Amino acid sequence: MNKDIVACFPQWGSYSCAFRYLFENGFGVKYMTPPPLTKKTIEIGSKHSPDYVCVPFKYCLGCHIEALEKGANCLMQIFGACRLNYYGELEEKILRDLGYDFKFFNMAEINFRSPRSILEHFKIVNPNMSLVKIIKSLPTTINIIKTIDKMEDYIRKNAGFEKDKNALEDTFNEFKEKLNKTQNTKQYKKLKKEYTKKLKSIKINKPHHPLRVGLVGDYYTVQEPFSNYFIEKELENMGIEVYREMNLTNTIINSKYKNSRKTGKRYVKFDIGATANYTVAEALKYAKNGLDGIIQVKSFGCTPELNAQTVLQSISRDYKIPILHFSFDSQTSETGIKTRLEAFYDMMQAKHK
Amino acid sequence: MKGYLGIDIGSISTKGVVIDEDLNIIASEYLWTEGDPMGAVKRLLKVLEKQLSNKDIKIVSVGTTGSARKLIGVMTNASVVKNEITAHAIGTTTLHPDVNTIFEIGGQDSKIIIIENGYVTDYAMNTLCAAGTGSFLSSQAHRLGVSVEEFGEIALKSKHPTNIAARCTVFAESDLVHKAQIGHSKEDIIAGLCKAVVTNYLNNIGKGKKFNPPIVFQGGVSKNVGVKKAFEDAVGHEVIVDKNGHLMGAFGVAVLAKNSKIEKDFSFDIVDTEFRTTGFDCPKCANHCEIVCVFKDNKLIDSWGNKCDNGAVKVN
Repeated sequence: MNKDIVACFPQWGSYSCAFRYLFENGFGVKYMTPPPLTKKTIEIGSKHSPDYVCVPFKYCLGCHIEALEKGANCLMQIFGACRLNYYGELEEKILRDLGYDFKFFNMAEINFRSPRSILEHFKIVNPNMSLVKIIKSLPTTINIIKTIDKMEDYIRKNAGFEKDKNALEDTFNEFKEKLNKTQNTKQYKKLKKEYTKKLKSIKINKPHHPLRVGLVGDYYTVQEPFSNYFIEKELENMGIEVYREMNLTNTIINSKYKNSRKTGKRYVKFDIGATANYTVAEALKYAKNGLDGIIQVKSFGCTPELNAQTVLQSISRDYKIPILHFSFDSQTSETGIKTRLEAFYDMMQAKHK
Repeated sequence: MKGYLGIDIGSISTKGVVIDEDLNIIASEYLWTEGDPMGAVKRLLKVLEKQLSNKDIKIVSVGTTGSARKLIGVMTNASVVKNEITAHAIGTTTLHPDVNTIFEIGGQDSKIIIIENGYVTDYAMNTLCAAGTGSFLSSQAHRLGVSVEEFGEIALKSKHPTNIAARCTVFAESDLVHKAQIGHSKEDIIAGLCKAVVTNYLNNIGKGKKFNPPIVFQGGVSKNVGVKKAFEDAVGHEVIVDKNGHLMGAFGVAVLAKNSKIEKDFSFDIVDTEFRTTGFDCPKCANHCEIVCVFKDNKLIDSWGNKCDNGAVKVN
């Protein structure tokens, strides 16, 4: 392993466990688990970002600066079907202007049809990488992602009803900590088995018909708890079963949303950008399944989600399901968010009875 | 006789209501918060105590709502601490059981609540911006040299309201200055401003919603007849303004306090008790949670603001 190269991907849910596995076992470089997002991260990020860029960019930039300060020297950024495609380029420029020295792996620049282009970009991370090793480490990386998503899904649906508060989350955090030390598939499999069992053995006291809420929104905001003010946790604490389908497994690995445009055809026939069609398809599914409410979280200025917002209102009317919209930027007051969530809860509760 | 106290502490004004067991309002007061919620509540309680002095009422339960509900809830030992959306909905549906739509414009916030068969089915509240709320109207009244109380009456005199941009207060303000300088009359500008507030409200908060009558308009701004008329013109239905419309949040939370059946000791003596809050940034991690501690007679009674247990300030 080349210990001089320290790679870091911006904080994104719990996925750093999977990325670490890929980089350490596949690319053969050190991986830095990004420092957890804090108010300071967003302060740094906002300071160096263009004012009207969406807030996920600010989080990524802030996170990268913190990682660079801690010794990371190989950063990366993904691509997407919205402004996200330019973010890598912009981020690199801002960081270089600030005087940092690092390698930058911008996935938006890869031509995925050309194996040579892929190989060249992989070499940015580690010039001596072995393609065989990367390919070998991929299945386990994917499995780790799937496991994380599966466990998180279970936690979302049950954390509101556990007998010992936080037992599920504590167990899951323990799992992630241990996962960060696994070196091969065998160790991972053992760990997975052990913790799946542990999670299932935690006592849950769920009523027959609990309140159920579906969470939709833009790709980053809905998946990164810090950026949505831990809305899932707030809901769980109210004793609500939380549904959220947007994750890596469903979007990229299984491409469950391949038919999202077809599913939502009645409401929107064309592509409305980024993951907004998923948002519509998901909301429609929640509405059809009779959930008590839907919450849309988005970053302020996210155009695709803004497109989806109007469509969601039609769904809300047709299926008589309340929808709450949140638009987040770098503000820090949570009072307003709590007020709206409480009122939403009261409303669902009154209707549920 | 048993009485129930509801307090609504908004950013601009503080409202208090005492109801009896038959939900009649027997004492009420409306005063300015002036950036000091605890001081405002003390002033409020003094007035309410005076109003109740010749009646045989014992307050058995307190409810608080509004943006300072938590702080005042601790201070008054409240049984119910409820968000203002629910409180308003409960208050209005108690007095007007057939209501279908509630428009509410307060000092810093505005909301719409849709009700079907007595249950809230949808609501919206302004998010990032305070455009078209009471504080905007009062600052513009000040600019035009009229008091906000007579604003509505002046607006009714106008025959041709001036068009004023409604999207954003900053645009509205520059529009207003410009129109005044090119010679529009004051009545027309004031009427235009009322219209702009309504347009802004319906475009932002009311977007995509259906306004089914009966419609009740409340909150501090509902006292402005100019805005009421502008609402009626825009929606095409009669808009009801209750004479207690400005107290509805406090009334609602008093009803909730009564329904909760939780009775706690309350005494007007807290007017003379010293309450103090201190805030500090928790130094334990980079998150720097802003922690608030509440002291009663120099004894810590509650604290909040920490995101994790590391920052918890223990109350002995």
